[in-house]
Amino acid sequence: MIREAFALALRAIRRNVMRSTLTILGIVIGVAAVIAMVTLGNGTTVRVTESIRSLGSNVLILTPGAQTGRGPGGATVAGPAFTTRDVTAITQNIGGINAVAPMASARAQVVYGNLNWPTTITGTDNDYFVVRQWPMAAGREFTDAEIRGGRAVCVIGTTVRNKLFAGQDPLGASLRVRNMPCEIVGVLTAKGQAMGGNDQDDVVILPLRTVQRRISGNEDVTVIQVSVQSSAMNARVRADIMALLRERRRIVHGKEDDFRILDIAEIANTVQSTTRVLTAFLSALAAVSLLVGGIGIMNIMLVSVTERTREIGIRLAIGALERDVLAQFLVEAVVLSLCGGLIGIVIGLAGSYFAVPLLNVPFVFNPTIVALAFGFSGAVGVIFGFFPARKAARLDPIEALRHE
Amino acid sequence: MRDSETAAAAAGAQPVGELTGVTKVYGHGDTAVVALGGIDVRIDDGEFIAIMGPSGSGKSTCMNILGCLDTPTSGSYRFRGVEVTTLTRNQRALLRRNYLGFVFQGYNLLSRTTAFENVEVPLIYRGLPVAERRDRVREALAAVGLESRGHHTPAELSGGQQQRVAIARAIVSQPTLLLADEPTGNLDSKLSREIMELLVQLNETRGITIAMVTHEPDMAAYTRRQVRFYDGLVMADEPTHGATRLSAARQATR
Ligand SMILES: Nc1ncnc2c1ncn2[C@@H]1O[C@H](COP(=O)(O)OP(=O)(O)OP(=O)(O)O)[C@@H](O)[C@H]1O
Ligand SMILES: [Mg+2]
Repeated sequence: MIREAFALALRAIRRNVMRSTLTILGIVIGVAAVIAMVTLGNGTTVRVTESIRSLGSNVLILTPGAQTGRGPGGATVAGPAFTTRDVTAITQNIGGINAVAPMASARAQVVYGNLNWPTTITGTDNDYFVVRQWPMAAGREFTDAEIRGGRAVCVIGTTVRNKLFAGQDPLGASLRVRNMPCEIVGVLTAKGQAMGGNDQDDVVILPLRTVQRRISGNEDVTVIQVSVQSSAMNARVRADIMALLRERRRIVHGKEDDFRILDIAEIANTVQSTTRVLTAFLSALAAVSLLVGGIGIMNIMLVSVTERTREIGIRLAIGALERDVLAQFLVEAVVLSLCGGLIGIVIGLAGSYFAVPLLNVPFVFNPTIVALAFGFSGAVGVIFGFFPARKAARLDPIEALRHE
Repeated sequence: MRDSETAAAAAGAQPVGELTGVTKVYGHGDTAVVALGGIDVRIDDGEFIAIMGPSGSGKSTCMNILGCLDTPTSGSYRFRGVEVTTLTRNQRALLRRNYLGFVFQGYNLLSRTTAFENVEVPLIYRGLPVAERRDRVREALAAVGLESRGHHTPAELSGGQQQRVAIARAIVSQPTLLLADEPTGNLDSKLSREIMELLVQLNETRGITIAMVTHEPDMAAYTRRQVRFYDGLVMADEPTHGATRLSAARQATR
């Protein structure tokens, strides 16, 4: 019997292809929107999380200056830069940390032969490679003597190598950084883009002391990156460093901090939950159009029942029970909405597949949402098809037969 | 009803249909129309009855009640001893499905559906398997002389052919009682005679009990009994005289 109901439904739908298509348009759009939203949302989450993680896991980033209050309206508090003594104090007094990397950065032109390239100069020490989990592709890290002595040696990122040493071996070559000749001792592996799209490989790394003396001309450490042994300890280590630095910077109890400690894991979580909320919100909006699509189906099914009153009368007179007529129209509504759901799924997936490269996010196929969308569109058919189907089933056979 | 009473209905111990003091009133108060004013009609197995009378005399109303499509305002209708007036909508639908066949005045075939599929519908609702359905539909179409027209839709058939499809659809489920409301109303006299001969043949060879509404004495002459309505009442109920019986004609030639 249910097979016959399906055959009847398919026939009724094919009889009126144009109308059926328009009827399911709402469902198609709704499902396609939900699928696209979730697929692109998931892609964005993955992308953002990846780029945050590329900053290093379990990393705390210390910067001088702070924001009071929240949001863009908050005032900023200036604070003095850190010093190498702060770095030593953290290394000696704080437990549970792997590495502490002081950093002093500047923008500078680097020159090799007749080529030059504007890039970021970072002065630091070997802990930086630990914190950033950034191994060498070729060459070596700095020696202790180079770090202590502030020698003119450097490690370059792959972008700098590609720009200045196309096809050549950069190791041992002399790179001029702000007119300072500097021997290249290592080349870093590629790390790719960071969040916001800036190229992490566009960098030249020198010993901290070299940068301080020969480029920035002061003793400032502008950023300190700390790698914690496990992310479970992040909060404790952060609090310890906070207390230590407040003491060292003589911030009395009750006064605001004049520096900031960012917890990368925490940022990753925040961003992740933000994109998740956003995705859910947009999907909910899209789901509303599914409901609108359901109302469209109900509308057309009601029209269809009125048009086919005579047919229903005949069927009731020659052996159909109420439930047979109910099943006939319910199945028709469900088949319609499932067709809409299927088409919507295909359009949604295809659409996001082509949108993914434009948004520069990965294509994340989510089978759960596809199954959910399919099930939901079926449910829409049942819910919105029920009322018209019941109307059909409850028709009085004689009146239905008399209907013109 | 479903088990014990339908079993009784099938047993054939009782008359096929028995109307006792049946009235039917449409509307209320001043605008009320008395379609049936209290009628008694009994239909026995194997009968072929013509229901006659002027327009508006209550013939169709009576047929609808006999066919369990409608219920009387008062009185009793027993189908094979089962009191129909107290049955639910669903139980009446089951009676229609299992024991009744209808031929409507305006054919009432499903449009854009082939003759074969039209005839198949009652069997689908009875839940018969595909193969058995196919055999029985072919047999029914053959009985009305349309075995070669199964794949035509009603729009592609003549009026007489459509009426014959309607008859095939009514008999395919082998009903106990076949109800035909002016089956020849829209047909010319030659086609009408063809249909009547078909009905007589079904009545005689298959033992199907038939009640048929008609305005035309020529057609009523094919039956064995005539019930005359006038203004919602039965004015006469008598055997047909000088019947144009097919069987008589056949027996004569034999
Ligand atoms: N649904 C209805 N509502 C109101 N009055 C009705 C309804 N159906 C029938 N009637 C009235 O009941 C009376 C009997 O109608 P019925 O259809 O039984 O007549 P009939 O004998 O079949 O007539 P005809 O030969 O024209 O078909 C008529 O007066 C008709 O107007
Ligand atoms: Mg009538």
